[in-house]
Amino acid sequence: MQTLGEFKLPHFFNYPPYFTLQPVRDTREKQIQLWKELILDYCRTQKIFIVGLDEDFPLFTNAVIERSLSHEAREAFLSALVSEGRAEWLDKGRRKCLILWHRIQDWADLILSFARDNGLEDGVMTVDEIRSGIESRGTELHGMERTILMRALKHLEHKGKLAIFKGTSADDEGVKFSI
Amino acid sequence: MAGDLLPAAELTESGRPVLYSGEVECSLLSAVDLLSEEVPSFPHLKSFLLILTTHRLLLLPPPQTTTDPSRFIPLSSIQQIFSTKKSMFHSPRIRFQVSTTPEGKVSESGRGSKSVVITLVMRGKTDPDSFIVKFWDSWRKRDWEASGSGSGAGSGSGEGSSSLAVRMPVVGLSGILRKEQEMWESTDKTLQDAFQDLNALMSKAKEMVTLAEKMRLKLLSGSNSQPTSGTSNDDEMGTKEEMQDWLLSVGIVSPVTKESAGALYHQQLSRQLADFVKKPLERAGGMINMIDIYCLFNRARGTELISPDDLLQACSLWEKFDVSVMLRKFDSGVMVIQSKTHSDDEIFGRIRSLMMKTEALVNGISASDAAMTLGVAPAMAKEYLLAAEGKGLVCRDVSPDGFRFYINFFLELDPQNIYLVKDHSRYSTWIRAISSR
Repeated sequence: MQTLGEFKLPHFFNYPPYFTLQPVRDTREKQIQLWKELILDYCRTQKIFIVGLDEDFPLFTNAVIERSLSHEAREAFLSALVSEGRAEWLDKGRRKCLILWHRIQDWADLILSFARDNGLEDGVMTVDEIRSGIESRGTELHGMERTILMRALKHLEHKGKLAIFKGTSADDEGVKFSI
Repeated sequence: MAGDLLPAAELTESGRPVLYSGEVECSLLSAVDLLSEEVPSFPHLKSFLLILTTHRLLLLPPPQTTTDPSRFIPLSSIQQIFSTKKSMFHSPRIRFQVSTTPEGKVSESGRGSKSVVITLVMRGKTDPDSFIVKFWDSWRKRDWEASGSGSGAGSGSGEGSSSLAVRMPVVGLSGILRKEQEMWESTDKTLQDAFQDLNALMSKAKEMVTLAEKMRLKLLSGSNSQPTSGTSNDDEMGTKEEMQDWLLSVGIVSPVTKESAGALYHQQLSRQLADFVKKPLERAGGMINMIDIYCLFNRARGTELISPDDLLQACSLWEKFDVSVMLRKFDSGVMVIQSKTHSDDEIFGRIRSLMMKTEALVNGISASDAAMTLGVAPAMAKEYLLAAEGKGLVCRDVSPDGFRFYINFFLELDPQNIYLVKDHSRYSTWIRAISSR
């Protein structure tokens, strides 16, 4: 079985029609589903948050069978993720896509349990501490994309679980938990 | 049954008359009644299709009453054709005297001791005069005598395949000959000298027919069988393929023409075409391109070529008749002729087994690969593959290497578990094939 780094690829990754957007409806729907799962799986294991359509995303090219997805196909597969709430376009030109292998809701839950684990029910933390601090090391929060983190924090603020306070610059934004 | 007084005429499946060898249609009239004014028991046929040939008067029942048998009157039985009286108040009538057996039957041989006067009433809006002229001509020419003695040997040897013998081949030359003969009829009798050349040509034509017959029989008896005693080494024919090519040029003795069929042209053409396409269809595996048929059909007609438009019209009329072939339009717009017994499932079955071969599993197949295996034209193979794609049997791979098709196993895969390989699936077969590479 072929691998991409440490990622194990399914057999059908070497199936040339997998890289051609199929015109027949039933076939195409199945193809899109398979792509969605593969992209989410890969991004989750490789901690990839943003996929650029015109960049070298490793999944979009298979050197073994010399096939590469067309721009149209890339957009079709990512759009399918967007419509399911598992991704979001970062720009109107649809060149960059934010991949949400955890939905915002799930990220929010992860933050809450992280806060509880560290006895921060009433504590204060900066946003950057959550992303790259010692406390978050070894959790899924470590190294997470700032856009997603902010989205999850806002979600929690909305639910009254915390308050976001602004510092002098974006770097010192902080949160006060009140779980 | 009074109808039995006239002999029954044989029809093809598509409702075209089966002609004798050398018999040619001269004129068609619709809505013709036949009766005898002196013998009340004589059948009264109403609004039949009348076909005048060089040998017979054929009477085909109107399409909606196909249970009525078709009848014919041999021209040889006609003793006299009476001149017609014109009237403003009646439909034009033609009377002629026919010899019958003592029981009043019109026999196929045309001989009999008694006679009866038969009247044809032409209710259609056709011109009776030109018909009468042709009727006289055909009757006077006595073509049935010529072919009767000439075909003795030929029909004897062709007995095994009666229906084939009827369509027997006179190559394109026959058309030319016929035209010549018509002209010849109309020119002055002082040109008698010229006939001698024509007669020589005619006798050559007869030789060609005999040769054609011989070759056909040989092919029928199989390419491996011993050559018949009469043939020398020179006769040895090339490959079977050449023979097939040759057979394709075999002419239609009596092509339906605008001249002879008039308003019934497309209808009759359609029926003749339906009979004609059967053999090429069989050879092509049940489906054939319109363009191919256009070439074959016109080649067989020799002189009386038809336009592509006529062909299309003739094909579209098939829907209305009970014939064994149909016109089919693919999504891409390509039109083909397909026999009704031909099923796509059979073709898809062949494509499936073709796609499951190791080589095709690994590298896919192109339309031209498929064309070679299926024995059809590449354009047609592509149509088949696209149809198979629509059914989810195959799927496409478009790359700089070209457009290829692979067996479709997308539908077998489970998005919830992308690593799952079901046993005995196309997917597992494919994995085996690529890993053995």
